[in-house]
Amino acid sequence: MTLWFGAISQGLIYSFLALGVYLSFKVLKFPDMTVDGSLVTGAAVTGILLVNGVHPLLVMLIAITAGCIAGIITGLLHTKLKIDPLLSGILMMTALYSINLHILGRSNLPLLRVRSLLTLFQSESFPFSQDVVHLIFFFLLVLIIRFIIVWFLRTDLGLAFRATGDNPAMITAQGVNIHYTKILGLAIANGLTALSGSLIAQYQGFADIGMGIGMLVAGIASVVIGETIAPGKKIKWLITGVIVGSILFRLLIALALKAGLNPIDLKLITALFVLLALCFPMLKKIIKNLFRVKDKE
Amino acid sequence: MIEFIDVYKTFEHKGVDRVIALNRINVQIEEGEFVTVIGTNGSGKSTFLNAIAGKFLCDSGSILLDDKDVTRSWEYKRASIIGRVFQNPFTGTSPDLSIMENIRIAELRGLKRGLSGGLSAKNRQRYQETLKSLEMGLENRLDATVGLLSGGQRQALTLLMATLRKPRILLLDEHTAALDPKAAEQIVKLTRRLVDESQLTTVMVTHSMSQALDLGTRILMMHKGKIIGDIKGDERKRTKVRDLLNRFSELRKEELLDDELISMLQEGYY
Repeated sequence: MTLWFGAISQGLIYSFLALGVYLSFKVLKFPDMTVDGSLVTGAAVTGILLVNGVHPLLVMLIAITAGCIAGIITGLLHTKLKIDPLLSGILMMTALYSINLHILGRSNLPLLRVRSLLTLFQSESFPFSQDVVHLIFFFLLVLIIRFIIVWFLRTDLGLAFRATGDNPAMITAQGVNIHYTKILGLAIANGLTALSGSLIAQYQGFADIGMGIGMLVAGIASVVIGETIAPGKKIKWLITGVIVGSILFRLLIALALKAGLNPIDLKLITALFVLLALCFPMLKKIIKNLFRVKDKE
Repeated sequence: MIEFIDVYKTFEHKGVDRVIALNRINVQIEEGEFVTVIGTNGSGKSTFLNAIAGKFLCDSGSILLDDKDVTRSWEYKRASIIGRVFQNPFTGTSPDLSIMENIRIAELRGLKRGLSGGLSAKNRQRYQETLKSLEMGLENRLDATVGLLSGGQRQALTLLMATLRKPRILLLDEHTAALDPKAAEQIVKLTRRLVDESQLTTVMVTHSMSQALDLGTRILMMHKGKIIGDIKGDERKRTKVRDLLNRFSELRKEELLDDELISMLQEGYY
């Protein structure tokens, strides 16, 4: 039972990352490697501030802001210095590695017996176990963020942001500065990612310099699952799908590990999964053509 | 309304010399004029249009729009007074967004976009009314993504979007060239109606001489980055397709003659 609770909780926590990746990778069409670094930034900022006794809610806001700043810098590299999207993200991710180590002061910072967001919601009076309380807390937080994102994407600014990735020539002709909308999108995406990092550090009880590796790919995997299961093309369905996708992804991992998968192979399997998903349209064509040839014979 | 003073623009191409796209263009377009621009391939007619829109900065010279010097102004800033329709029906709309969302984006062309929502029931009704005037049945498909529409439908929608918030200048870049004849005809009709209704200052690039004569009040002929003909007023009314063709074939003869002359001279020299 704890296994499933853990997997679902993790799925909820990582759904902010998945939503961020959805905004950058799917909406902006910008494969943003920054998230591998900004997730750790969120965790590192959270860790060091919690250890120093700062209020957890304030810590959460600072962590999100730190992620936003990372996203803004990546956006500036790409728009103002005309650096390729992938390379802008990689540069930022690499720089963040050192910055994150500076913030943490070491490669692993334990967060045991500190006041965190999770201890805020601990009380003797709750009739359920701690796991359930955490789950409910994460669920409510996801619900709030989901509501805000769906609302934002339907505002006038949100429409301009969506059209930026979809058709930059068109939205420029409509008077929108796409540098601004791109930077805005990357800021939001990395802010969400840092929120995931902040929560995961508090949930696991430590912040680690290596916890960001493969996060973009994990996010893409959740987005792919989410898009497949979304019942419609409307924004609210896609956003909900991505959240459910993140939960399913963590459940799948928990299942695989329980079935005896070596944890070392986890990233390999995830990468293969994303590879398959990205190649799926091409594979479908190839298989279709194979059958067509057979039909003729 | 639109003024080009000595505008010069070259493009770099790999392996060849710099291509002169606009060679010291001087032209003035008055408010309410509907100018059609014709010319051979590579004559600079699309570059002329893009120079107005601000897709690039010119090497030298200045451009005035609405009495303001916009020579160094960004494309997205000029958009507040310019409506545009492109040759490629895919360029003018956002395919993943719904018809309604596209219209909302266009309604705010050049205005500040904030966190207010424009997808209200009230706007929906208003957009439906506007779409009805296209007579394409789009008024009942406001939530359909634009990616599902045909090229003709998209171009009609783009045209509607370009004129929804009355632009000071309307730019049409061969906007019927990629359509089948029937759809092209519809778009021409719609163009005429929308331009007439609001008395828009319009610049339309076209490769079709009959279209250039069919629409508009003035014709600019371009060749090798220069305006080589400016037909307006009474002369414009008398002009027929044959006259335009003659002008262009004369041009070709002249060039041919030039080439022959040069080769003759060269032969004589050696």
